[in-house]
Amino acid sequence: MNQLEFVNLITPFKDKVFRLAKRLLVSTEEAEDATQEVLVKLWDKKQGLDKYNSVEAFAMTMTKNYCLDQLKSKRASNLQIVHNNFTDRTPLMQQQLEDSDSLTWVEKIINELPEQQRMIVQFRDIEQYEFEEIAKMMDMNETAVRVALSRARKTIIEFMTKTHSYGLR
Amino acid sequence: MDLDRIENLVEKYFEGETTIAEEKELQTYFSSEDVAQHLEQYKAMFGYFSSAKEQKFEQKIPFLAKKRNLAWLSIAASVVVLLGMFTFYNYNMNQNQDLGTYDDHQKAFEETQKALNLLSKNVNVGVQSMEYVNEYQESKELIFKN
Repeated sequence: MNQLEFVNLITPFKDKVFRLAKRLLVSTEEAEDATQEVLVKLWDKKQGLDKYNSVEAFAMTMTKNYCLDQLKSKRASNLQIVHNNFTDRTPLMQQQLEDSDSLTWVEKIINELPEQQRMIVQFRDIEQYEFEEIAKMMDMNETAVRVALSRARKTIIEFMTKTHSYGLR
Repeated sequence: MDLDRIENLVEKYFEGETTIAEEKELQTYFSSEDVAQHLEQYKAMFGYFSSAKEQKFEQKIPFLAKKRNLAWLSIAASVVVLLGMFTFYNYNMNQNQDLGTYDDHQKAFEETQKALNLLSKNVNVGVQSMEYVNEYQESKELIFKN
Protein backbone atom coordinates (compact mmCIF):
# COMPACT_ATOMS: atom_id res chain seq x y z
CA MET A 1 0.00 0.00 0.00
CA ASN A 2 1.48 3.35 -0.91
CA GLN A 3 0.89 6.65 0.85
CA LEU A 4 -1.86 7.83 -1.44
CA GLU A 5 -3.84 4.64 -0.98
CA PHE A 6 -3.36 4.89 2.74
CA VAL A 7 -4.57 8.48 2.84
CA ASN A 8 -7.60 7.51 0.80
CA LEU A 9 -8.28 4.67 3.17
CA ILE A 10 -8.22 6.80 6.32
CA THR A 11 -9.87 9.95 4.98
CA PRO A 12 -13.46 8.75 5.52
CA PHE A 13 -12.96 8.12 9.22
CA LYS A 14 -10.06 10.20 10.48
CA ASP A 15 -12.49 12.90 11.68
CA LYS A 16 -14.44 10.27 13.58
CA VAL A 17 -11.25 9.10 15.24
CA PHE A 18 -10.50 12.67 16.25
CA ARG A 19 -14.00 13.28 17.59
CA LEU A 20 -13.96 10.10 19.63
CA ALA A 21 -10.55 11.02 21.04
CA LYS A 22 -11.80 14.48 21.89
CA ARG A 23 -14.91 13.04 23.53
CA LEU A 24 -12.73 10.94 25.82
CA LEU A 25 -9.71 13.18 26.37
CA VAL A 26 -11.65 16.48 26.17
CA SER A 27 -8.64 18.62 25.29
CA THR A 28 -8.19 19.38 21.59
CA GLU A 29 -4.40 19.06 21.68
CA GLU A 30 -4.47 15.68 23.33
CA ALA A 31 -7.11 14.49 20.90
CA GLU A 32 -4.93 15.59 18.00
CA ASP A 33 -1.96 13.75 19.45
CA ALA A 34 -4.07 10.65 19.95
CA THR A 35 -5.32 10.82 16.36
CA GLN A 36 -1.77 11.11 15.07
CA GLU A 37 -0.79 8.16 17.20
CA VAL A 38 -3.62 6.02 15.90
CA LEU A 39 -2.86 6.95 12.29
CA VAL A 40 0.82 6.13 12.75
CA LYS A 41 -0.11 2.76 14.21
CA LEU A 42 -2.39 2.09 11.28
CA TRP A 43 0.38 3.02 8.87
CA ASP A 44 2.77 0.65 10.60
CA LYS A 45 0.20 -2.10 10.33
CA LYS A 46 -0.73 -1.34 6.75
CA GLN A 47 0.26 -4.77 5.48
CA GLY A 48 -2.13 -6.56 7.81
CA LEU A 49 -5.10 -4.24 7.29
CA ASP A 50 -6.62 -6.33 4.53
CA LYS A 51 -7.69 -9.00 6.94
CA TYR A 52 -10.04 -6.67 8.82
CA ASN A 53 -13.35 -6.43 7.05
CA SER A 54 -13.83 -2.94 8.44
CA VAL A 55 -10.70 -0.87 8.90
CA GLU A 56 -12.88 1.91 10.27
CA ALA A 57 -14.22 -0.24 13.11
CA PHE A 58 -10.69 -1.41 13.78
CA ALA A 59 -9.45 2.17 13.92
CA MET A 60 -12.25 3.21 16.25
CA THR A 61 -11.53 0.33 18.61
CA MET A 62 -7.87 1.25 18.55
CA THR A 63 -8.70 4.88 19.35
CA LYS A 64 -10.96 3.82 22.19
CA ASN A 65 -8.27 1.62 23.72
CA TYR A 66 -5.54 4.19 23.23
CA CYS A 67 -7.55 6.96 24.89
CA LEU A 68 -8.66 4.78 27.79
CA ASP A 69 -5.02 3.79 28.37
CA GLN A 70 -4.10 7.43 28.25
CA LEU A 71 -6.73 8.31 30.84
CA LYS A 72 -5.69 5.40 33.02
CA SER A 73 -2.03 6.36 33.04
CA LYS A 74 -2.98 9.91 33.90
CA ARG A 75 -5.02 8.74 36.84
CA ALA A 76 -2.25 6.39 37.92
CA SER A 77 0.24 9.22 38.04
CA ASN A 78 -2.26 11.18 40.10
CA LEU A 79 -2.55 13.90 37.54
CA GLN A 80 -5.78 15.78 37.35
CA ILE A 81 -7.23 15.96 33.92
CA VAL A 82 -7.26 19.65 33.40
CA HIS A 83 -9.99 20.89 31.18
CA ASN A 84 -8.40 24.24 30.57
CA ASN A 85 -8.14 23.89 26.84
CA PHE A 86 -11.79 23.18 26.62
CA THR A 87 -12.40 26.10 24.35
CA ASP A 88 -12.70 25.59 20.66
CA ARG A 89 -10.26 27.30 18.41
CA THR A 90 -13.05 28.86 16.45
CA PRO A 91 -13.04 32.61 16.68
CA LEU A 92 -15.95 34.93 17.34
CA MET A 93 -16.39 34.03 20.97
CA GLN A 94 -19.21 36.47 21.41
CA GLN A 95 -21.26 35.05 18.62
CA GLN A 96 -20.59 31.56 19.81
CA LEU A 97 -21.72 32.42 23.29
CA GLU A 98 -25.03 33.64 22.02
CA ASP A 99 -25.62 30.91 19.48
CA SER A 100 -24.52 27.84 21.20
CA ASP A 101 -24.74 28.42 24.89
CA SER A 102 -27.21 25.61 25.34
CA LEU A 103 -25.17 23.45 22.98
CA THR A 104 -22.14 23.99 25.21
CA TRP A 105 -24.24 22.82 28.10
CA VAL A 106 -25.07 19.62 26.27
CA GLU A 107 -21.37 19.06 25.61
CA LYS A 108 -20.50 19.61 29.25
CA ILE A 109 -23.13 17.18 30.39
CA ILE A 110 -22.00 14.51 27.94
CA ASN A 111 -18.41 14.91 29.07
CA GLU A 112 -19.52 14.32 32.65
CA LEU A 113 -21.00 10.94 31.77
CA PRO A 114 -19.15 7.71 32.56
CA GLU A 115 -16.68 6.86 29.79
CA GLN A 116 -18.66 3.92 28.50
CA GLN A 117 -21.83 5.97 28.07
CA ARG A 118 -19.87 8.82 26.58
CA MET A 119 -18.46 6.57 23.89
CA ILE A 120 -21.82 5.01 23.14
CA VAL A 121 -23.45 8.44 22.76
CA GLN A 122 -20.57 9.44 20.51
CA PHE A 123 -20.94 6.32 18.37
CA ARG A 124 -24.70 6.40 18.13
CA ASP A 125 -25.95 9.97 18.33
CA ILE A 126 -23.07 11.70 16.66
CA GLU A 127 -21.50 9.16 14.30
CA GLN A 128 -24.72 7.21 13.83
CA TYR A 129 -23.33 3.71 13.84
CA GLU A 130 -25.66 0.73 13.95
CA PHE A 131 -26.03 -1.06 17.26
CA GLU A 132 -24.33 -4.11 15.84
CA GLU A 133 -21.18 -2.11 15.01
CA ILE A 134 -21.21 -0.34 18.38
CA ALA A 135 -21.53 -3.66 20.18
CA LYS A 136 -18.47 -4.95 18.38
CA MET A 137 -16.38 -1.84 18.97
CA MET A 138 -17.38 -1.67 22.64
CA ASP A 139 -17.05 -5.41 23.14
CA MET A 140 -20.55 -5.52 24.65
CA ASN A 141 -23.80 -7.14 23.58
CA GLU A 142 -26.43 -5.07 21.79
CA THR A 143 -28.90 -5.06 24.67
CA ALA A 144 -26.26 -3.70 27.03
CA VAL A 145 -25.45 -1.00 24.49
CA ARG A 146 -29.12 0.00 24.24
CA VAL A 147 -29.50 0.10 28.01
CA ALA A 148 -26.40 2.25 28.45
CA LEU A 149 -27.48 4.54 25.64
CA SER A 150 -30.96 4.97 27.05
CA ARG A 151 -29.47 5.79 30.43
CA ALA A 152 -27.11 8.35 28.91
CA ARG A 153 -29.81 10.04 26.87
CA LYS A 154 -32.07 10.29 29.88
CA THR A 155 -29.28 11.79 31.98
CA ILE A 156 -28.57 14.41 29.34
CA ILE A 157 -32.17 15.49 28.95
CA GLU A 158 -32.70 15.51 32.71
CA PHE A 159 -29.83 17.96 33.15
CA MET A 160 -31.00 20.01 30.21
CA THR A 161 -34.51 20.39 31.60
CA LYS A 162 -32.99 21.37 34.92
CA THR A 163 -30.84 24.09 33.40
CA HIS A 164 -33.87 25.20 31.43
CA SER A 165 -36.04 25.62 34.48
CA TYR A 166 -33.27 27.49 36.26
CA GLY A 167 -33.32 29.90 33.38
CA LEU A 168 -29.75 29.06 32.39
CA ARG A 169 -30.56 28.69 28.78
CA MET B 1 -44.70 16.68 10.28
CA ASP B 2 -47.05 14.60 12.35
CA LEU B 3 -46.65 15.69 15.96
CA ASP B 4 -47.97 12.42 17.37
CA ARG B 5 -45.36 10.54 15.44
CA ILE B 6 -42.58 12.81 16.73
CA GLU B 7 -43.76 12.42 20.32
CA ASN B 8 -43.85 8.69 19.85
CA LEU B 9 -40.34 8.71 18.37
CA VAL B 10 -38.99 10.83 21.20
CA GLU B 11 -40.32 8.33 23.68
CA LYS B 12 -38.75 5.43 21.80
CA TYR B 13 -35.57 7.44 21.46
CA PHE B 14 -35.04 7.71 25.19
CA GLU B 15 -35.54 3.99 25.56
CA GLY B 16 -32.81 3.40 22.99
CA GLU B 17 -35.20 1.73 20.60
CA THR B 18 -35.16 4.04 17.61
CA THR B 19 -33.42 3.10 14.38
CA ILE B 20 -30.85 5.27 12.63
CA ALA B 21 -33.51 6.38 10.12
CA GLU B 22 -35.89 7.42 12.89
CA GLU B 23 -33.14 9.28 14.70
CA LYS B 24 -32.33 11.16 11.53
CA GLU B 25 -35.97 12.08 11.27
CA LEU B 26 -35.87 13.46 14.80
CA GLN B 27 -32.73 15.45 14.02
CA THR B 28 -34.35 16.98 10.97
CA TYR B 29 -37.44 17.88 12.96
CA PHE B 30 -35.52 19.50 15.80
CA SER B 31 -33.27 21.46 13.51
CA SER B 32 -36.30 22.98 11.79
CA GLU B 33 -37.75 26.33 12.76
CA ASP B 34 -41.15 25.24 14.00
CA VAL B 35 -40.60 22.94 16.95
CA ALA B 36 -43.66 22.54 19.15
CA GLN B 37 -43.47 24.46 22.41
CA HIS B 38 -43.54 21.42 24.68
CA LEU B 39 -40.75 19.74 22.68
CA GLU B 40 -38.46 22.76 22.76
CA GLN B 41 -36.38 21.25 25.56
CA TYR B 42 -35.02 18.57 23.21
CA LYS B 43 -33.83 21.04 20.67
CA ALA B 44 -30.43 21.74 22.20
CA MET B 45 -29.60 18.07 22.50
CA PHE B 46 -30.24 17.27 18.86
CA GLY B 47 -28.71 20.56 17.85
CA TYR B 48 -25.54 19.61 19.64
CA PHE B 49 -25.40 16.21 17.99
CA SER B 50 -25.52 17.63 14.52
CA SER B 51 -23.03 20.40 15.32
CA ALA B 52 -20.61 17.94 16.94
CA LYS B 53 -20.52 15.97 13.73
CA GLU B 54 -19.00 18.97 11.99
CA GLN B 55 -15.76 18.90 13.93
CA LYS B 56 -12.86 18.01 11.71
CA PHE B 57 -9.35 16.78 12.20
CA GLU B 58 -7.58 19.65 10.51
CA GLN B 59 -3.97 18.68 10.96
CA LYS B 60 -2.10 17.21 8.07
CA ILE B 61 -0.71 13.75 8.40
CA PRO B 62 2.89 14.77 8.82
CA PHE B 63 4.49 11.44 9.62
CA LEU B 64 4.37 10.28 6.02
CA ALA B 65 6.13 13.29 4.54
CA LYS B 66 8.59 13.59 7.39
CA LYS B 67 9.77 10.01 7.09
CA ARG B 68 10.39 10.36 3.39
CA ASN B 69 12.40 13.57 3.75
CA LEU B 70 14.54 12.02 6.44
CA ALA B 71 15.27 9.04 4.23
CA TRP B 72 16.37 11.25 1.37
CA LEU B 73 18.44 13.38 3.67
CA SER B 74 20.31 10.40 5.07
CA ILE B 75 20.93 8.99 1.61
CA ALA B 76 22.35 12.31 0.47
CA ALA B 77 24.50 12.59 3.59
CA SER B 78 25.95 9.11 3.21
CA VAL B 79 26.70 9.72 -0.46
CA VAL B 80 28.61 12.87 0.48
CA VAL B 81 30.56 11.05 3.18
CA LEU B 82 31.41 8.17 0.86
CA LEU B 83 32.54 10.52 -1.90
CA GLY B 84 34.66 12.43 0.57
CA MET B 85 36.32 9.27 1.82
CA PHE B 86 36.92 8.05 -1.71
CA THR B 87 38.60 11.23 -2.93
CA PHE B 88 40.65 11.54 0.24
CA TYR B 89 41.88 7.98 -0.16
CA ASN B 90 42.72 8.49 -3.81
CA TYR B 91 44.56 11.72 -3.07
CA ASN B 92 46.67 10.03 -0.42
CA MET B 93 47.47 7.16 -2.75
CA ASN B 94 48.82 9.55 -5.38
CA GLN B 95 50.90 11.35 -2.78
CA ASN B 96 52.45 8.07 -1.69
CA GLN B 97 53.37 7.13 -5.20
CA ASP B 98 55.06 10.49 -5.77
CA LEU B 99 57.44 10.05 -2.85
CA GLY B 100 60.05 8.90 -5.35
CA THR B 101 62.39 5.97 -5.29
CA TYR B 102 65.75 5.57 -7.06
CA ASP B 103 66.22 2.78 -9.50
CA ASP B 104 70.01 3.04 -9.29
CA HIS B 105 71.45 1.78 -6.01
CA GLN B 106 74.59 3.91 -6.26
CA LYS B 107 72.56 7.02 -6.77
CA ALA B 108 70.33 6.15 -3.88
CA PHE B 109 73.35 5.71 -1.65
CA GLU B 110 74.78 9.07 -2.73
CA GLU B 111 71.52 10.79 -2.15
CA THR B 112 71.18 9.29 1.30
CA GLN B 113 74.72 10.31 2.13
CA LYS B 114 74.01 13.80 0.94
CA ALA B 115 70.96 14.00 3.10
CA LEU B 116 72.80 12.71 6.17
CA ASN B 117 75.64 15.16 5.53
CA LEU B 118 73.21 17.99 5.41
CA LEU B 119 71.76 16.84 8.68
CA SER B 120 75.11 16.53 10.44
CA LYS B 121 76.24 19.91 9.12
CA ASN B 122 73.21 21.48 10.68
CA VAL B 123 73.81 19.64 13.90
CA ASN B 124 77.39 20.93 13.90
CA VAL B 125 76.14 24.48 13.52
CA GLY B 126 74.27 23.86 16.75
CA VAL B 127 77.38 22.45 18.42
CA GLN B 128 79.47 25.46 17.33
CA SER B 129 77.18 27.80 19.11
CA MET B 130 77.73 25.76 22.25
CA GLU B 131 81.46 26.71 22.23
CA TYR B 132 80.61 30.08 23.72
CA VAL B 133 79.31 28.25 26.70
CA ASN B 134 82.60 26.36 26.96
CA GLU B 135 84.54 29.59 26.82
CA TYR B 136 82.46 30.97 29.61
CA GLN B 137 83.04 27.83 31.63
CA GLU B 138 86.85 28.16 31.22
CA SER B 139 86.99 31.77 32.28
CA LYS B 140 84.77 31.01 35.23
CA GLU B 141 87.13 28.28 36.34
CA LEU B 142 90.10 30.65 35.95
CA ILE B 143 88.49 33.24 38.17
CA PHE B 144 87.37 30.89 40.86
CA LYS B 145 90.68 28.99 41.00
CA ASN B 146 92.76 32.09 41.63
